[in-house]
Amino acid sequence: MAQTQPKLNPGYGRWTPFWFLAPAVFALLVIGIYPTISALITSFRRYNITRPRDGFPFVGLDNYVNILSDQTFWQSLGLTARFFLTVLPFELFFGICVALLLHRPGLGILRALARVSLVVPLATTYAVVGLIGRLVFNRDFGIANQFLNAIGVGGLDWLGSTTGAFIAIAVMDIWQWTPFCALIFLAGLSMVPVEIEEAARLETSSKTAMLRHVQLPYLLPGLTAMLILRSADILKLFDMVFVMTRGGPGSATDLVSIYIQRVGFRIFDMGTASAQAILLLIVTIVLSRLYIKLIYKEIE
Amino acid sequence: MMSMTLRRILHGLGLLIVLCFTLFPFYWMVSSSFKDQTDLLASPPVWFFTPTLSNYADIFADEKVSGAIVNSLVVATLTTALSVILGAPAAYALARFNFRGKSDLWFWFISNRMISPIVLALPVYVLALQLKLLDTHLVLILIYLTFNLPIVVWICTDQFRSIPIELEQAARLDGADQFTIFRKIYVPLGLPGIAVSAIFSFIFSWNELLYALVLTRRNVQTAPVIATSFMSGYELPWGKIMATGTVIVLPVTIFALLVSKHMVRGLTMGATK
Repeated sequence: MAQTQPKLNPGYGRWTPFWFLAPAVFALLVIGIYPTISALITSFRRYNITRPRDGFPFVGLDNYVNILSDQTFWQSLGLTARFFLTVLPFELFFGICVALLLHRPGLGILRALARVSLVVPLATTYAVVGLIGRLVFNRDFGIANQFLNAIGVGGLDWLGSTTGAFIAIAVMDIWQWTPFCALIFLAGLSMVPVEIEEAARLETSSKTAMLRHVQLPYLLPGLTAMLILRSADILKLFDMVFVMTRGGPGSATDLVSIYIQRVGFRIFDMGTASAQAILLLIVTIVLSRLYIKLIYKEIE
Repeated sequence: MMSMTLRRILHGLGLLIVLCFTLFPFYWMVSSSFKDQTDLLASPPVWFFTPTLSNYADIFADEKVSGAIVNSLVVATLTTALSVILGAPAAYALARFNFRGKSDLWFWFISNRMISPIVLALPVYVLALQLKLLDTHLVLILIYLTFNLPIVVWICTDQFRSIPIELEQAARLDGADQFTIFRKIYVPLGLPGIAVSAIFSFIFSWNELLYALVLTRRNVQTAPVIATSFMSGYELPWGKIMATGTVIVLPVTIFALLVSKHMVRGLTMGATK
């Protein structure tokens, strides 16, 4: 960071930076770090809120050991990974298609409209995305089944069947986050110098060759960002799925955040839930280290 | 070789598909909010119907909904204000001072963006229970800082760096102290960035569900919590649900359109600069 900084006038006191930073740092310490440490401590305790009479004794690594043999927890992590691997290819593919359509010159007004419309899914309250999903995928009158009926394929009990519910939450996620990928790819495409793009257009009329040899290098940084941000966001994913399925039917859409939430706030087993949350936090920290290393390196 | 006209038509068609894809679910929600129960449950769906305002009349008459919207407004506004007041000075320090541990500090701010709310929701619930802070505006306002402060710090640091340092040096020669420099130069000139970060912070807080769900009970339920609470019972009041959804989404969509140019920056914290 130091290199990119202009030479600073050393005319400020030694403690000046401290006074500017202290309020924000203090706030984040109190609301971010302190609860995290408290979760870490809770994770070594037997801590069920509904049974305060038992006290909250320290049990060492018991909670962690229990998690190791807790099938449901690992299934929910596996399901989260599967969800990520399901939605991401669609989001990337549709994202690049949309970005190419928007990058292509001509049709100014329509293009501008389409570009602005990408903001709508991104801004939609996640919980409301879930509500829309409930309406669209309703078994009796949802538009998804009406559409299937119209083209002659029978309707499906989307939210009542294992595969159906998984597909339904995947579709809503793809709807909401494809615009995100499209916007990032579009930003990448607009980084390609105009002269290079035009020269390449004279050389070849093949769109795929153009994409692979000219545009791809400019798309790669964005791609890394998307991979890591989407994986972090899917580890966080809660609102939309909670509203649509509550993790069900059975455990068909029991993503990791939903599962931990249930252990903590339905069963009130705070000890186990905290241990699970700490494991999730470790995964996230590894990811964000990776993220910072891969992405911010170029900027610094 | 395709003719130019054909390509233009295909291009236009593609763009129309994009428009339909992004706007259809939104349109479906808004149009459903103007339908009565018969039209809502109609099969096949009705595309043309006599719109009714009764769903909106219902939800605005419902004190729970209007109360929840007021709660959301209070929480989102105050947490945004607090994030800017705490975050902007920190951003200035990160943009213009050199000190030990600066990059670590910056990374720490940024990495808060990645942490799952469930990690903090558990201990904060227990703490709030002990401190009798459950179901208060304060607990939400504070916990929302965990994702709002990073966004304010990131966008404002970026903005403050673009302000010519000569202005600061000149002011210092005139004898201005550091705080005056910040207040008289950086705040006014950095206002666009501050505004963008405030809008993002408002959008994120307004949309948040998990913390609001576990940290509030009856008094401080926010709009997303109320919207999901309709989702139980035998016959769901779809019209009311969609009207509530529309009322929740509309203000943030307008805000988001205002900052649409910065959308990627806000969501990635500048990862794709």
